[in-house]
Amino acid sequence: MPPRRSAQTVPPSLDAAARTEGTIGTDAAAAPEDRPGEPPEAAASVAASAGSADSIGTNDAARPTRIPGGKRKSPAGKGAAADRPRARVTHKAEPGSIEATPSSRRTPVSRPASKDRAASGKTKAVPRKPENAAGTGDRAPPSGVLLPPRFASWFAGRGWRPRPHQLSVLETAQSGADVLLVAPTGGGKTLAGFLPSLVELAETGERGRLHTLYVSPLKALATDIARNLLDPVGEMALGLRVETRTGDTPADRRARQRAHPPEILLTTPESLLLLLSRPDAAEAFAGLSRIVIDEVHALAGIKRGDQLSLCLARLRLLAPEARRIGLSATVAWPDSLRAFVGTPEQPATLIEAPRGTPPALSMMLPEAHVPWSGRMGLAGASVILRRIEQADTTIVFVNTRAQSELLFAALWRINENTLPIALHHGSLDIEQRRRVEAAMARGTRGEGRDRLRAVIATSSLDLGIDWGGVDQVIQVGAPKGVSRLLQRIGRANHRMDEASNAVLVPANRFEVLECQAAIAGVEAMELDGEHPRPGGLDVLAQHILLMAASAPFTADALFDEVRLAAPYAALSRRDFDDTLGFVEDGGYALHAYERYRKLFRDSAGLIQIRGERVARQARMNAGTIVEAPVLKVRMGGPRGFTLGEIEESFANALRPGDAFLFAGRKLCFQRLRETVVEVSEGGPGDPVVPTYAGSKYPLTSGLAARVRRMLHDPSAWSAYPEPVREWLELQRERSLLPGPDDLLVEVFPRHGRFFLVAYCFEGRNAHQTLGMLLTRRLSRDGAAPLGFVATDYALALWCANPPGDIPLLFAPDMLGDDLEDWMAESSMLRRTFRNVAVIAGLIERQHPGQTGTRRQVTINSDLIYDVLRRHQPDHVLLRATRAEASGGLTDVDRLADMLVRVQDHIRVARLSRVSPLAIPVMLDIGREFVRNEADEDALLAETEALLAEAKGEAEPSTEELVLAPGHAQELRRLTRTPGGRERGRDRARERRRRTIPGGGRGLPA
Amino acid sequence: MLDPSGILFWPEAGLMAVADLHLEKGSAAAKRGGLVPPWDSRLTLDRLLPRIRAFQPKTLVALGDSFHDRGGPARLPAAEADRLRRIAAQMRLIWVLGNHDPVPPEGLPGEAMQELHMGPLSFRHESRGRTPPRSGEAAEICGHHHPKARIATRGGTVSRPCFIGTEQRLILPAFGCYTGGLDVLHPAIAALFPRGGRAFLLGADRLFSFALAEIRRQAA
Repeated sequence: MPPRRSAQTVPPSLDAAARTEGTIGTDAAAAPEDRPGEPPEAAASVAASAGSADSIGTNDAARPTRIPGGKRKSPAGKGAAADRPRARVTHKAEPGSIEATPSSRRTPVSRPASKDRAASGKTKAVPRKPENAAGTGDRAPPSGVLLPPRFASWFAGRGWRPRPHQLSVLETAQSGADVLLVAPTGGGKTLAGFLPSLVELAETGERGRLHTLYVSPLKALATDIARNLLDPVGEMALGLRVETRTGDTPADRRARQRAHPPEILLTTPESLLLLLSRPDAAEAFAGLSRIVIDEVHALAGIKRGDQLSLCLARLRLLAPEARRIGLSATVAWPDSLRAFVGTPEQPATLIEAPRGTPPALSMMLPEAHVPWSGRMGLAGASVILRRIEQADTTIVFVNTRAQSELLFAALWRINENTLPIALHHGSLDIEQRRRVEAAMARGTRGEGRDRLRAVIATSSLDLGIDWGGVDQVIQVGAPKGVSRLLQRIGRANHRMDEASNAVLVPANRFEVLECQAAIAGVEAMELDGEHPRPGGLDVLAQHILLMAASAPFTADALFDEVRLAAPYAALSRRDFDDTLGFVEDGGYALHAYERYRKLFRDSAGLIQIRGERVARQARMNAGTIVEAPVLKVRMGGPRGFTLGEIEESFANALRPGDAFLFAGRKLCFQRLRETVVEVSEGGPGDPVVPTYAGSKYPLTSGLAARVRRMLHDPSAWSAYPEPVREWLELQRERSLLPGPDDLLVEVFPRHGRFFLVAYCFEGRNAHQTLGMLLTRRLSRDGAAPLGFVATDYALALWCANPPGDIPLLFAPDMLGDDLEDWMAESSMLRRTFRNVAVIAGLIERQHPGQTGTRRQVTINSDLIYDVLRRHQPDHVLLRATRAEASGGLTDVDRLADMLVRVQDHIRVARLSRVSPLAIPVMLDIGREFVRNEADEDALLAETEALLAEAKGEAEPSTEELVLAPGHAQELRRLTRTPGGRERGRDRARERRRRTIPGGGRGLPA
Repeated sequence: MLDPSGILFWPEAGLMAVADLHLEKGSAAAKRGGLVPPWDSRLTLDRLLPRIRAFQPKTLVALGDSFHDRGGPARLPAAEADRLRRIAAQMRLIWVLGNHDPVPPEGLPGEAMQELHMGPLSFRHESRGRTPPRSGEAAEICGHHHPKARIATRGGTVSRPCFIGTEQRLILPAFGCYTGGLDVLHPAIAALFPRGGRAFLLGADRLFSFALAEIRRQAA
């Protein structure tokens, strides 16, 4: 198939070459549409080139922050044995690697980092026979298939040879099958995805029709890919238009794209949804030939993925001929992704590129001692700094934004050689992030201040980056999962003959166990991660409304359509009908809103949207990313510059003069003006650190199982550092070591209380749920529980009276009524409901910057939740909430698995004092307070009394009144506290009520 | 006397005041496209009636924003309207008008007025702010702002609707079941209490009292 037109060039590895300016991620692994502050994407005319990002990455980013205490000397010299590799995982490279042709072999360091990588072409395609391939799924590897001559000579002209998996994708795609390509970072994935399109477009010469749609989870990724496709297309004067369509695309360009569609359009799931919601969607996508879905692994299994899958199902109808190519990193569940890219009936063909050289992993401990508890890993700052000094360029990954700020400050306190170290997280200003990324991309080529030696990053750098210059990754704190760790290690590029270099720095003793388990997990390539769950009904509701905005439909046809989407393959007709009913008129039992219907059925039975206003409103609220309200942080007055965003709840807690740590600086809060937090440099006292909701990942069950096994097996302890070994030895002596399937529960007295510590290793969320349920049970048994604390590894409860029969306490039947009761009241459910209600369109998004006076008028989702729960407990949104929470915030599913597993395997150790293993969780008491909502009143009373006492005031009130019957119950509901049955003092309080304390004088009485 | 349900009761006058009922807020949202559950008016009255039975007031004052919008009274379900009529049959029912309901509720009993003056007290929807009080007025009782306060406790921050007052001014929390709140530290409220004040947070069966200055100080 000789190309009719002149050959075009494409870079051999788009996803390598593309990243020279860096890409952006947020902690939610998402770049929401219309995110304010993001620069418009590169259009066809933009000639931004690699390394042209002019500002100096280290300038703002890496400015040392002064913290009280000033510069401190590094405790070097002490405990020099800290840097000891504990394990080295080295796999041999796959044989038969394709070598780069000699012309590409220049000194790697002197080459542009990205090309260096692309040229190394060491991967080999291994089209694997999927076990249960259906239909087109099963294909032989490409044998004699070659590129069209023009492409082949273009590759040769660049001194490159196409990689086998790229050819394999080309052949399979040309055969008409959907493809899932699983390849490590830098494996030439993106080029593989576009190769079939480019070859086709070169051959047919057809223009003026949308041929290929590319969807990426990151707006910036789409922009960079566009930029890098433009070069060859422009050079060859192919007349091929490559454009992006994201939330940043200006209206005039959107209009032009409608009138004159580009051949290749690069977009995000949210923008795709909006395109599909337009009345002209059928026309716009009718001729579509190919769909490329990048970073599939980052989308499948989350709500953005649910949404994308529904859009893909719609495209299946609009453009039945369009074939898909999914691009993914290595995942634990490739079959789910195959169904996601293809259809449940006809999954995509899996093509796997060989894995790169396995990473060299080691563990490094803080110098002085291994901390008992804490998660910030600041004790490791000096050894981290030394590792940074020894490498060219390092990414230091941490788990939360707060941790990144603290570690950044800790490193700069001891950074005597002023190594340029920068900070990167999802709440920083986009410009600052781009500068850091650009500096990282320059890598070792940078000069002086231009050269960055390390960046402290959160999951904001998990996706989309492929930097040639990075030669070391340091993970500070527990990795939480093997797949997650691998993803992060993959961010470090490496030369072809060297393993990428990664170091784990545990923050406490349990994390030493976890890091060791993760290293073993990487060695065994035991991938973990959540098995994709069924698609959310809230996402479906949003989709239904937006599809109605596009064109009328029948319920039957839409039901069939959505089941083409893998997450909805098993959707029941009842769930579908209820969701549709919700979209139509709220789905309330009495149909009270007949006249406010959003959808109506015409005489032909077609479901139509009520009007353009409803459609417009639906489009404005499209998307599945629900963010907590945030405020911009601005320095230097109204004409100053923006540093990033902090959550409004944190900002509200600040008062003028308060110091906080943000963007690597110590800032002084000046005032809140409209939606802007105005700050100045400095400030008195110790700064506080902003925290962000939902930034913690629980330990995966695979990794937890490994930790349990290693804990049990003393022969595995040799891998541990001395202090950890001693700790475990002591535990064996004083208490018990649980077997791999056992649940160890220790009971001991301390400070006049009885502690119960359960080592479940099921992650914080599941432990919190367990804590709530055990509290209910213990109070029924008369043990008078007083509180509990949950970590990823253990749960500690304390009671006034000794707890009774422990195995009985952990009987799985606790998941019955108690669970139902607690779920109903749980704040986790309320939080989940809020997201569900926003996505489903029940309440409008709270736009960032909405002022307080306005917000008091919007209806609080908690109140809706209460009303709905009371009047229609089986409402579809409540069902969606429960389904989501059981696997997420409450992790009931995982808890249930554990309770069943440990039945008859509960080992109880009744001790006279605290056990060695219990020390870490005991130290977390007070730090990790889990509030039982019933205690809110008690907390308020305590605080009130404390303040009164501190000021030498008398008790606010002594006068008591008899309470009218029924009142307490009513108010308890109002104030969202569950019944006070468990607590005697509540019962006593129910009978009395205080009148206005002294401050009410002057009021009529 | 302040009641932890968010109601003010003045025993000498037999007067009960309640602010910001926002009846039919649900259907108002539905009209604009947010199909929230429709039972809010019923729930609000479900909560109000037991308090009326407990206090047996001679006068019930609704301090404005009793309906979420002008169309609210017309949309009120018949059962709920009947309950209001039964209340009006037993006592003097006064609708102080608010910004959401600037006109008297059509088809419902009760007297409508901009302000109610009784003895040393004035009842109005929104505080007069810095405007000097009318002569003979010792204190004003108002609503409008939906005050709530956040208290940092040992176990984290607790946020509750609250009364906030001084000797001259008392703002009631919103009583309606779909009403949100505005933090007492927000300038719109704080500006009304330049010399401080005291917030009374609603509890299950009592109020919790904090000085505004304390709330501000310990917010950090």
